[in-house]
Amino acid sequence: MTTTSAEGLGVPMEAAHAAPRSRPQAYMNPYLAGIGLGLVLLASFVLVGRGLGASGAFNSVIAWGVHAVAPEHAKSNEFMAGYLGDGSQSPLKSWLLFEVIGVFAGAMFSGLLAGRAKVMTEKGPRVSVRTRLAMAFAGGVLMAFGAAFARGCTSGQALTGGALLNLGSWAFMMMVFAGAYAVANFLRWEWR
Amino acid sequence: MMAPFFKYGMFGDETSLVVAFLIGIGFGFFLERAGFGSARKLVSQFYLNDLAVFKVMFTAIVTAMLGVTYLGWIGWLDLSLVYLVPTYLMPQIVGGLILGVGFVVGGYCPGTSVAATATGRIDGLVYVVGIFAGMFAFAEMYPLVKGFYLSGAGVAMTIPGTFDVPYGVVVFAVVLMAVGGFYGAGLLEKKFATAAGE
Repeated sequence: MTTTSAEGLGVPMEAAHAAPRSRPQAYMNPYLAGIGLGLVLLASFVLVGRGLGASGAFNSVIAWGVHAVAPEHAKSNEFMAGYLGDGSQSPLKSWLLFEVIGVFAGAMFSGLLAGRAKVMTEKGPRVSVRTRLAMAFAGGVLMAFGAAFARGCTSGQALTGGALLNLGSWAFMMMVFAGAYAVANFLRWEWR
Repeated sequence: MMAPFFKYGMFGDETSLVVAFLIGIGFGFFLERAGFGSARKLVSQFYLNDLAVFKVMFTAIVTAMLGVTYLGWIGWLDLSLVYLVPTYLMPQIVGGLILGVGFVVGGYCPGTSVAATATGRIDGLVYVVGIFAGMFAFAEMYPLVKGFYLSGAGVAMTIPGTFDVPYGVVVFAVVLMAVGGFYGAGLLEKKFATAAGE
């Protein structure tokens, strides 16, 4: 456990002690959290025969949005058409989208319970909020391209495919760590 | 009793969406419990002073992997009915690299950015907006990248199947690797703890 508590940005410890209600709980032991996450993933395999995911839900929403504004354009785009299906039901009726809405609810519940839910921007001490938000946007764009090429993200590929010994998922996972470690030193200003 | 229940018709499409929501709650809960709603906690993995990302990920992978393996062996789960993402090796390698860079640049991955947004992180929300923008851009550019996107086998390949190694041997190797990794992670954290302290 390091300096990642929500009050880590410049709030003196005395102040945190003076206001015990705002003092967030420590995070769960990573191995326990991992077992919990693994059991949720296992439940998903057993109940529905598929794993967890996240990025696919974003694709469904984009396909739905573009289809609402410009239906012909969405249908003529091969990538979006894949998420629209045969048109018999809304692309929002997607398993992954319902799962991701659950992620939102579950995380909010846990965060509120632990006193960690707080409107703030996560960043290192040396970077402005504006720059950090620009970087967050850029990271999201990169992530979208990566997940699209890989057919999944850290959830759908690394976690799910990892547990199923999927060859492409393991190659993907190694590359995620490789890519991240390759650039981490150049981005130290954003985080440290 | 035979799993996957959904594939054996024990509940329908509508119910599966309810199940999706409930599973998502569990997923989001443990992501946030682990601290993965915080970008600073997540990127600490790449500055080596807090390897929670590795520990949580590999504990989860090992837990679920052992679960499906044993349930398969005792005949309660038909593993061939569990969906495997088809393998397109080169796009997945390149996609992984891009995603890894995006992880450190933005501080999240898609699932964790949702957890961050749910707990009030503005950068998490902006990251989510970035994913939408990127997904839209990718779809619009699809005709240009389609050739590369579809390069590869396009069938689901597993490590045991590809290298012709018994399933149980690979499972055992992954467990050993994880345990070794956990030990190494502890050493790294000790080494980098002081270097990263403010």
